[in-house]
Amino acid sequence: MLFGLLCLTFAISHLVPGDPARLAAGPDANEAMVETIRAKYGLDQPLPVQFVRYLRGIVAGDFGESLRSRNAVRDDLARYFPNTLALGLAVALGIPLGMLSAVYQNTWVDHGARVVSVSGVAVPAFWLGLMLQLMIALHLGLLPLGGRLKLTMVPPEPITHLLFVDACLRGQWATFADALRHALLPVVTLCLPALASIMRVNRAEMIETLKQDYIQSARAQGFSGFRVVTRYALRNAMIPTLTMIGLRYGWMLGGTILVETVFDWPGIGLYAVNAAVSSDFQPIMGVTLLIGLNFMLANLLVDLGYAWIDPRIRRPA
Amino acid sequence: MSHLVTVWLEERRSTTRELRRYARIFARSGSSVAGLVLVLLFLLVAAVGPWIVPYPEDALGAVHLDWKLQPPSGAHWFGTDEVGNDVYTRVILGARVSLQIGLIITLVAAVIGVPLGVVAGYVGGALGEVIMRVTDVFLSVPALVLALAVVGALGPGIVNAMVALSLVWWPGYVRLVQGKTLALKGETYVEAARAVGTGRLRIVFVHVLPNCVSPIVVKASMDMGTAILAAAGLGFIGLGAQPPYPEWGAMISHGRNYLPTWWWYSAFPGLFIYLTVLGLNLLGDGLRDLLDPKSRA
Repeated sequence: MLFGLLCLTFAISHLVPGDPARLAAGPDANEAMVETIRAKYGLDQPLPVQFVRYLRGIVAGDFGESLRSRNAVRDDLARYFPNTLALGLAVALGIPLGMLSAVYQNTWVDHGARVVSVSGVAVPAFWLGLMLQLMIALHLGLLPLGGRLKLTMVPPEPITHLLFVDACLRGQWATFADALRHALLPVVTLCLPALASIMRVNRAEMIETLKQDYIQSARAQGFSGFRVVTRYALRNAMIPTLTMIGLRYGWMLGGTILVETVFDWPGIGLYAVNAAVSSDFQPIMGVTLLIGLNFMLANLLVDLGYAWIDPRIRRPA
Repeated sequence: MSHLVTVWLEERRSTTRELRRYARIFARSGSSVAGLVLVLLFLLVAAVGPWIVPYPEDALGAVHLDWKLQPPSGAHWFGTDEVGNDVYTRVILGARVSLQIGLIITLVAAVIGVPLGVVAGYVGGALGEVIMRVTDVFLSVPALVLALAVVGALGPGIVNAMVALSLVWWPGYVRLVQGKTLALKGETYVEAARAVGTGRLRIVFVHVLPNCVSPIVVKASMDMGTAILAAAGLGFIGLGAQPPYPEWGAMISHGRNYLPTWWWYSAFPGLFIYLTVLGLNLLGDGLRDLLDPKSRA
């Protein structure tokens, strides 16, 4: 699987119609300079040799060198990735919310939730982000427009490179609060489509499950409504929901690209966009690989989650 | 002879009855009807757009600097942009662009994905295994990220964006059709067909594919919306359609520089994306309930 992904990123990076060596050398370079660069990056070698070289690099943790900025892509990634992770983590908080609203069907809570869930998948996240900026940040002045911290704020001395954790560890609560205020709008924007579809699946499944006989009998045995809903119904409705969470996680990783662009959030997505706009493909391949890995890991967790929720899956067939 | 006519009439009548039944089920759901209305409006706008817009010359970037950045008014319903183009005109003409994008991506994806899915499901073996593994690899990277990588390699532009999105969109169809084909392969009527010596191709075309049509149609109608969203996303980050091409995502991206004072420049294209995708999603939901009720999720 991972090997396949490596092949894919390699193949895409060789799909480039232009000559990467010439691109890196700049417009004024003469033939000899282009040749030197080509030799330096092994671009004159036959494809299989290049591929082995690429693989060896990845295994050693070397994602190649950004042809434009000349920074090692690994360093760039290390700098940008933690931010994105923070964003993703905050989104994980949104998921239980979606589940809760599934429980109250056919009340005004439910109707409201359905409007949100239908709209959430259809609205372009980047546009929603802009409109939220317009209303909440500019019109009402409640939250900052973009970025991660106020310019006057000194970021904490890095320990984990996760801004939130570092701020906590260093006891800089004002910084923490400011970072939180900056994170709120991007997180809400990114969260909504995922929240919407998770809510939808969970609601549909819960309705199905609540009709089952064993729910009836559990009720008849006098279990409290809360217990029936959480222990009996939610657990059975969780499998398809979990599938959706895994799927949506991937979409969200893709969505960060757009949302980070809107909010000038210096994460992996903005990094990829800037690289893509300037046709600097090594960083893009690094990002693709990293996000792919991340998504694979998430799917593994989802599979483990299936087994945790449903004992029948644990038993060998 | 008269007997044949009766049979034909009876068949026709039962088809009409069936269609009527479908229409009744469909009409019962308010959201499906709303979706259908939205999609029909979208198609209508895409079809007659060039004839109903007030300033057709604004589509490909006419310049009227004395009209620039005017707020919505009777003359310019959605205001004007930085070179004085009528936003309403460009948004309406953008419907046609989005329709093309959605249709082409979904079609190409289905044309690549469905045959591969049938081969993987029906023929199976080593070939099927290879197809499925490759599919898994493609599915292991979020579509937008992969598309970004491909456009990054090919260079920005609307055609490249569509190529990239089509390239990353087909694996979903392989998965769907392969699963369905595998299930159908075990059905009694397929086994019976095999037992009487029907050729593989004939079984695939007569017995397997027709049964895959409903889930494919349902998926395609949902995918149209997602594809339009994704293409608008690429347009927004500047890798899709290039100005002055009237594409909604690119328009929002440009309008972004004129927020918040000239809000109408970004707001209206976004609203149209939202309504279009909403319509396609609701219609897709309705179609699924109708054609493929088992796969509800």
